[in-house]
Amino acid sequence: MLQSIVSYGLAVGAVYALIGITYNVMFSASRVFSFTAGMLGMLGGVLGALFINKLGMNAVLAFLLVLAAGAVLGVITEILTVRPVLKSIEQHLYVLSTLAFALMIQQVVAIYWGTEAQPFPVLVPIDPNSALSIIDQKIWLPVLACIVTIVGLELLYRRTLIGRAFLAIAEDSYAARALGLPETQLRIASYAIAGMIGVLAGFTGAQMLLAYFGNQAILNFYGFVPVALGGMGSNRGAVVGGLALGLFQQAANFLVGGIFASVAVFAVFIVVLLLRPEGLAGAAAARRV
Amino acid sequence: MTDATSPISTAKAPAGWLGRLEGSWSWIALGLVGLLLPLLDDSYFGVIAQRAYIYWILSAGLNLVVGYAGQIAIGWVAMLTLGAYTTAALAAGRVGGVEWHPYLALIAGGAMGAVFGVIVGLPALRLRTFYFAMTTLGFATIVTQVALAWKDVTGGGVGTPGPVFLWPFEPGWGFYYFCFLLAALATWITANIGSSRYGRALVAIRDAEVAAEASGIAKPKLLILVFLLAGGLGGIAGGLFSSLQSYITPDAFTFEMSVLFFIGILIGGRGSILGPALGTIILTVLPEFAAPLVQWSTFLYAALLLVIVLVIPGGIADLLDYKNRRPLEQHREIVPRPELLSRVLGAKGEPSAIRLANIALHFGGVRAIDGLDLEIRSGEVHGLIGPNGSGKTTTLNVISGYYRPKTGSLKLDGADLPFDKPHARAGYRIARTFQTPRLVGAASVLANVMIGGTVRGDGTFVESMLSLPRHHNDEKQLKVAALKALATVGLESLADVRADRLQHSELRFMEIARALMLRPAFMLLDEPAAGLSAEEIRRLGALIKAISREGTGVLLVEHHADLIFDICDRVTVLNLGKTLAAGTPAEIRSHREVVSAYLGA
Repeated sequence: MLQSIVSYGLAVGAVYALIGITYNVMFSASRVFSFTAGMLGMLGGVLGALFINKLGMNAVLAFLLVLAAGAVLGVITEILTVRPVLKSIEQHLYVLSTLAFALMIQQVVAIYWGTEAQPFPVLVPIDPNSALSIIDQKIWLPVLACIVTIVGLELLYRRTLIGRAFLAIAEDSYAARALGLPETQLRIASYAIAGMIGVLAGFTGAQMLLAYFGNQAILNFYGFVPVALGGMGSNRGAVVGGLALGLFQQAANFLVGGIFASVAVFAVFIVVLLLRPEGLAGAAAARRV
Repeated sequence: MTDATSPISTAKAPAGWLGRLEGSWSWIALGLVGLLLPLLDDSYFGVIAQRAYIYWILSAGLNLVVGYAGQIAIGWVAMLTLGAYTTAALAAGRVGGVEWHPYLALIAGGAMGAVFGVIVGLPALRLRTFYFAMTTLGFATIVTQVALAWKDVTGGGVGTPGPVFLWPFEPGWGFYYFCFLLAALATWITANIGSSRYGRALVAIRDAEVAAEASGIAKPKLLILVFLLAGGLGGIAGGLFSSLQSYITPDAFTFEMSVLFFIGILIGGRGSILGPALGTIILTVLPEFAAPLVQWSTFLYAALLLVIVLVIPGGIADLLDYKNRRPLEQHREIVPRPELLSRVLGAKGEPSAIRLANIALHFGGVRAIDGLDLEIRSGEVHGLIGPNGSGKTTTLNVISGYYRPKTGSLKLDGADLPFDKPHARAGYRIARTFQTPRLVGAASVLANVMIGGTVRGDGTFVESMLSLPRHHNDEKQLKVAALKALATVGLESLADVRADRLQHSELRFMEIARALMLRPAFMLLDEPAAGLSAEEIRRLGALIKAISREGTGVLLVEHHADLIFDICDRVTVLNLGKTLAAGTPAEIRSHREVVSAYLGA
């Protein structure tokens, strides 16, 4: 039992962490928390199942197409729902615009894909007798995706010039603009990256979570909890928070049942927000007078 | 105080048709339609109308949260779910084996909604509204999960029967009138709150939070009351909903409903009661006439939400606001009447003083203030000047409680003033204005000024909710006082105008009027002359001086040296967070370092 708690916990946690990173990448570029994060996760599963199961594509092509779709959706999110309300960011209209867009997509999925959870194909053909199949791929795929994403982002942000430009925008967009950085293009690029990370989470996690339109709401919330725990904008915090959330949830599921697990996660979320609104590892922000 | 020779004219602008629409006639018409609908004896219409009433009961409360307080509660459907399951489960005896009387179960459903309204709202008390949006969304997700999983109580996916109410509100038209009456009640109490000082305070929290704090509005306390009310109404609506549905499953409570509630309010316009009520009714009734579109209704609601947010964030009420389209007089002059001050400020109090001793405050490595001593005495104007970044506004923020200094003491007549509680300053009658005017743009100038007097009312939230005598008394007195304050600063002719239509200089005077509402013992003015013409500065100077002569201690942060030397009794010059010089204007004028460092020439 301990084994399944740990393995499932890490796998679900990795998906949560990736959705958390999706939130973070969009937030860093625009100071906007976009409710499209959960939608991207949901679509990763649904589009993957659509391409492979329904259209008969091979897994690699499907994966690339899903990533492309994520990038496109990320760009649309930026143009349609974020940029128009950036000027009045204090009014938090982005909450409504991004949520509205996510709901529209979700409803299209519900109508054309259906509201039943559908199975997701096995992605990597592995001989069931080989040593590689000791751990199920539905466990290690999301964990691997999470590792690749975090390492990739670290390299991007720390080692490349364009990555430093992303950081500059995140730190102080005004000053970055004054230095001549193309803020709008960088923001679009960030949303495209976020779109790919979001669908990656859904695609790699879908053997476990299935291709299900209802994953949107679940991922929207459980993907944000790691952000709240780890501090806004902190990707490492999101990974630690995501894995902790996954493990806690699975342990509670196995030991005391699902009702308690949901309620406990929600309670922890509220308590952390109240006691450490800047996240367990974050620093407090100054107030505006 | 007698008003026999009142020089204050109540400027009454003729209301446009929308102004009349907001009046009672439209409510009476709606009420008559509701009362007489059973005469049609069409149970189909009856059910649609009942659903509209039930949705409105929830939305009426949510309207205070969303439309007034500006908190984005996107998952409020959870309160409906909670109330529905609580009522249904208790009435069916699924908890503890005792079948509750349906009316008692309904009350329990309301109580459940109220409690969880506050729990879900807790993050909103301290944090940016996004977190609140997320907690309500998360709560809605979790409530559905629990409803599915907790089979003993909720019946899980199979569901549970809703309660059947007994005489006099038995199923059919009896229940119809029950929903109708409760909807009317919800309308009445939320409208009462909306038009009370609590309603104005909510709007102030939404649009000008810092000014709300400075006026003594305690955001957490007020929001808790509103969440209690909105959650309770949501729970009651849920209980009624479970009875109307006669059988409830988790599928009955889709997130789509939350979007419906939300759009109803947004379409109707923020800060209105009638608009959201009409919006809710229309959105409930509309799908009934568009059956082929039912599948796409969620999509269309979401698309509508996106359009509203991007195109008309103010709602339709803003589009129809013809009253505020009429051009204002072009060449307006602000003519303050300091002679009215004695009636605004009341009797002079005992002389008192605010003393800052050795205050130091660092932001990171920057020493914003570095060992400052300052004394503000009643009846004097104390000027605080210095170059940009010398710590003037920071000093003001320390006095008004926004910043906690690292060392030093801040005392009012020998007693410590608490830090980190800016809203508590109003209780000490310390008022302030802001470098950038903070206002509720969508509210009238009069309402903006009345916000300044929020702490002066006696009536409780419940008294306002039920429109009891003390509430009326508060409203009357606040209005009279606000008109007096406006006349004093010379803006009474603009009392009914939307505040965001005023010129910059007028806003500066409006902020002073708002500060006067506290009958301040001390008044902190942050660059009140910035952006004013020379003539306006002269009038402002005379007004400030007159305020101090009524016994109020004034701290004046300014860049206009002429104004400072004209009206100040004492001046402190700051440089790099330290006192460069302090003394009478004459002493400062001849201070060698000040002249070379700051005044120039």
